Amino acid sequence: MGIVTPGFVGRRRDDGGKLPPGQYLTRDFPVLSAGPTPRVATERWELAIVTETGRRHSWDWAAFTALPVEDITVDIHCVTRWSKLDTAWSGVSLDTLLAEVDTSAEYVMAHSYGGYTTNMPLPDLLGGRAWIAHRYGGRALDPEHGGPARLLVPHLYFWKSAKWVRELRLLARDEPGFWEDAGYHSYGDPWREQRYEGD
Amino acid sequence: MIWFVATIAAVRPETPSARTLVLTVPGWPGHEAGQHVDVRLTAPDGYSAVRSYSIASAPDGDRIEITVDTVAGGEVSTYLTGLAAVGYPLEIRGPIGGWFVWRPNQWEPVQLIAGGSGIVPLMAMIRVWAASGSRAPLRLLYSVRGPDSIFYRDELERLRDTTAVSVTYVFTRDAPPGWERPPGRLDAAFLRHRTWPARRRPTLYVCGPTSFVEAVADFATGAGHDPARVRTERFGPSSESD
Repeated sequence: MGIVTPGFVGRRRDDGGKLPPGQYLTRDFPVLSAGPTPRVATERWELAIVTETGRRHSWDWAAFTALPVEDITVDIHCVTRWSKLDTAWSGVSLDTLLAEVDTSAEYVMAHSYGGYTTNMPLPDLLGGRAWIAHRYGGRALDPEHGGPARLLVPHLYFWKSAKWVRELRLLARDEPGFWEDAGYHSYGDPWREQRYEGD
Repeated sequence: MIWFVATIAAVRPETPSARTLVLTVPGWPGHEAGQHVDVRLTAPDGYSAVRSYSIASAPDGDRIEITVDTVAGGEVSTYLTGLAAVGYPLEIRGPIGGWFVWRPNQWEPVQLIAGGSGIVPLMAMIRVWAASGSRAPLRLLYSVRGPDSIFYRDELERLRDTTAVSVTYVFTRDAPPGWERPPGRLDAAFLRHRTWPARRRPTLYVCGPTSFVEAVADFATGAGHDPARVRTERFGPSSESD
């Protein structure tokens, strides 16, 4: 426990155990990005998975939206401490996208339109835990929230759920992405409160 | 990252709703302009709440300054702008963030654009710029509700008189009589008119509420600025948070 702050009482909320440590609940959907919002028309949108040997698998918008779509309701947790419960998305499971990809890679770097990157272990994208989401709340995903499509990996802090995702590069070795290189945790598990490097 | 025990050394009002806390932080490792800290408050029963605040000051040994604006219902901001007093301890950790940073070895023109309390990390940049004697051409465009909402007003005016910094205010609700522009939101035309043009290849730092930053970043890219030179920091939801 930290040192007691004189006169501080605070406002406790009963969250039914759904909030990871240090998080608070929001009903808004805050936007956090490092730069301007890229506007990517679906006509020139493409998603690619590139293996460690350089083999490229890609989908244009028509091919992507023809894949089986799942409806997903999940809690999301931002490292800036807001959490939002029961957010409703639709998207394509990474299990589906990776099914035909032959790889022995253990890590992934997600690359976005606009230049953002974020890294994670490949197994975190499998087993029904990650999607490429293109709809939110029953509507096409807004550009501010990552549309046309974003990565959705809700069991990690939300900076891992790269907006405007364009490419997943499969890597034999882990490398830091944009925030990971700027002092944030390499893995980012909200339940272990892995916010910053060394947490 | 470790928690430091800081002590409130001084409190300075900035506006009717915001104040600057001067903290002494034994062991503080130093920081860069634009970085932030986490502030942790702990109740007697162990309940704690943490929020992030931008550092307002240039590096100065073990002293740092944060400026906190009251957010209605915000459990941390209302404490920091209310009960918190000189001599009280606070826990902080940081500095955090390595992207929304200006360094004195940057020589290119710099355009700072603030909405409301988004001025705080930009003020750290202005202070570091002034203290380092930087010759990078520096402009600030600062959008506020009215003259009473300006943070660091005297210091900004002094810097405008004594350095090459250019300061332009945009008043969204109350403009002083005879002001060059009627009250209203910043628009693309005014932004183009009163900021460095894209051909000067400035780096832009934009900080404020989400809707402000979204609009300004779109104006900037529309005016031809390279998106890679537009760095943004947005603060979050209007309700239920600090």
